[in-house]
Amino acid sequence: MSIAWQAQLDSIEATESGLESAGYIPSREIATAVYLSHHLQKPILVEGPAGVGKTELAKAVSRWLSLPLIRMQCYEGLDESKALYEWKYGKQLLYTQILKDRMGAALGDEPGMDAALRRLHGLSDLFFSEDFLEPRPLLKALRSPGGAVLLIDEVDKADQEFEAFLLELLSDYQVSIPEIGTIRADVPPIVMLTSNSQRDLGDALKRRCLHLHIGLPEARLEARIIASRVPGIDSTLRRKLVAFVQELRGLDLKKLPSVSETIDWARVLVLLHANELEPALVRETLNVLLKFESDIEVVAGQLGELLLKAKPEAIPVR
Amino acid sequence: MEGPLLDFFRAARSAGLRISPAETIEAARAAAVVGFEDRQRLRDTLGLVLAKTIDEKRAYGVCFDLFFKRASFSDPAGKAAGASAEEAPPMPGEMPAGGEGEGSGGALAAALLSNDQAWLAAAIEQASREARLSEISLFTQVNLFTRRILERMGLGALEREIVRTRTAPRGEALTQARDALRERVRGFVEQNLLLFAEGRNQEFRARMLTQARLTAIDRRDHERMRVLVRAMAHRLATLYGRPRKRDRRGVLDVRRTLRRNMAWEAIPFRTIWKQERIEKPRLVVLCDVSGSVAAVAQFLLLFLYSLNEALSGLRAFAFSSALADVSDLLTTLPIERAIPEVMARSGFGSSNYGQSLADFEREYMHLLDSSTTVIILGDGRGNRTDARADILQRMANRAKQVVWLNPETRTVWGTGDSDMPKYTPHCRVSITCNSLFQLERVISELLRVG
Repeated sequence: MSIAWQAQLDSIEATESGLESAGYIPSREIATAVYLSHHLQKPILVEGPAGVGKTELAKAVSRWLSLPLIRMQCYEGLDESKALYEWKYGKQLLYTQILKDRMGAALGDEPGMDAALRRLHGLSDLFFSEDFLEPRPLLKALRSPGGAVLLIDEVDKADQEFEAFLLELLSDYQVSIPEIGTIRADVPPIVMLTSNSQRDLGDALKRRCLHLHIGLPEARLEARIIASRVPGIDSTLRRKLVAFVQELRGLDLKKLPSVSETIDWARVLVLLHANELEPALVRETLNVLLKFESDIEVVAGQLGELLLKAKPEAIPVR
Repeated sequence: MEGPLLDFFRAARSAGLRISPAETIEAARAAAVVGFEDRQRLRDTLGLVLAKTIDEKRAYGVCFDLFFKRASFSDPAGKAAGASAEEAPPMPGEMPAGGEGEGSGGALAAALLSNDQAWLAAAIEQASREARLSEISLFTQVNLFTRRILERMGLGALEREIVRTRTAPRGEALTQARDALRERVRGFVEQNLLLFAEGRNQEFRARMLTQARLTAIDRRDHERMRVLVRAMAHRLATLYGRPRKRDRRGVLDVRRTLRRNMAWEAIPFRTIWKQERIEKPRLVVLCDVSGSVAAVAQFLLLFLYSLNEALSGLRAFAFSSALADVSDLLTTLPIERAIPEVMARSGFGSSNYGQSLADFEREYMHLLDSSTTVIILGDGRGNRTDARADILQRMANRAKQVVWLNPETRTVWGTGDSDMPKYTPHCRVSITCNSLFQLERVISELLRVG
């Protein structure tokens, strides 16, 4: 079965420009990963520090291909009744009550217990059918008719048992529901898992995925990202700002600023109508960029030097 | 599957990447999807499939560059070899023995004299495949493999030709070319040794070191040991670092049981037990750093201080003749510098267990409570001083448990000046610990039970 969005993924260059059109500037590796994920039908496991755009990637793919994004946030204690499916117990109970009277009619006037039981078996499994199934994110993604983007967010937060449960879904795009049977995806969704490396994921899980590590971007890429996300920013300021953030990443900080912080900071500077990185202004807005008091102190102490060292010349204007 | 790709997998495994057969199939499929023309793209692609951690990505990058930098992949003939093994080397089929034909010394001599680089590169590649160069494992095999490859390339015919035309200028030219070729093949073999065997040798060495007696480890291996200890500690820390729970079998968790059994009108077909948290252990470590035990002590300390997220507290004391609190030292300085500092401060004297235990009781007894585990590392040889096992008993009464690690084997406990028999009754566990392997076992057991 051929579907329109699948044709859009016909080359790595197309993937790259497609993601760009959705407002996500991918590195070469990211575009390759998305392309391969479709062609090999394998999920992508995205790892990297917080704020480098792991979740954003899934959103961009769904925007670009106009597919629904189905997101599942993982947490400790997540189990299959919350991730896969649940029976609609209330509805089941209600229906049994309503249909009680009809039972007599359905069973007819069978003479003996045995015959009645046989008759009952003959009826289809009324209450454990799809009508009473409450699909949760994973099942929704599998049954989504034109395909979907399934984002399993922060899979490292879930328990180990849940990880094992995911394996069937990830390798064959199918799940088994004991009462109904196996449900297979007609159109395999594009699956992305993200992890903050809070703990090491199991080898079995990793083996089933393409492993994409998104690091902090280099200056050129970051400048392009800022240009795309904060369109109102002046090009000189943008280059200066990116160069400064790149300098910061060379320091020994508790939490290095990542792309999302750079974007926030750029937005703040635009809001404040800044044309230039004035030391006073930078000092006041450092808290957007750095999330620890001790980090802010370290940077504030050598702000002048850092601003001097930041060389926007290395970054191309476009 | 293509030959060069298979060789690359072998090289990557030797570089420390764990690649399963399924992944090799996957990688070959991925490579087929993106094609072989664009080296950079191939690098990205295989990296996505094969390397699954940041460390592996780094190792992968190095290995990929090394592998595809080899001569055969950078000249035109080699480019084809990268794409497909079958059609690549335009090899004369009669290469190994035949081809002597008109007494010319075979195709090899012709290629050498006309300096046909493409032919030579392809021939070396083909001959090394036939000689199974990728299975090379020791540096002593370099000569052997060089010889085999040269023979397969037609060295025999070349030698005969050299002998025949010894005096003619042709003979001289051939002799020179032969020596140059030998060097080149030798270089090629060495490069392959680096690629295919280095990782395996490292692995072997690492395995030997885990089993070796800590007291007998050579100083030049210390750096490697530290890497090993850190890796072990990291593994344990990721395993036990997060909150863990265990079922208290028999104590029903009513709320969760009802929820789970809603489908059956809350008739409890499936029971769920209440859970209890497994507490991370709080450790107080007393290390004998006298000459006899110092080597073990430094690895124990390194191990424990690399574990931090799996522990809820750690205090370390070092003693030989008197006890000193070294926790501050170990937390503030990087461990490589802290340990020599500890040794310098209180190490290498003759040990006095009674005195050290008395020091502990006088000043630090308040550290012990019902959730503290006391680890004592020492051989229990107090040079015939008073053992003061009564203090150990009081410590054991206050603390959750006392674990005694002794680098000596159990058979010599109690011989000579060893006071071990007096101490062991107060320890929940007393065990021989004189290799990294044993050390890891003891500590992982501690963490598991909590």
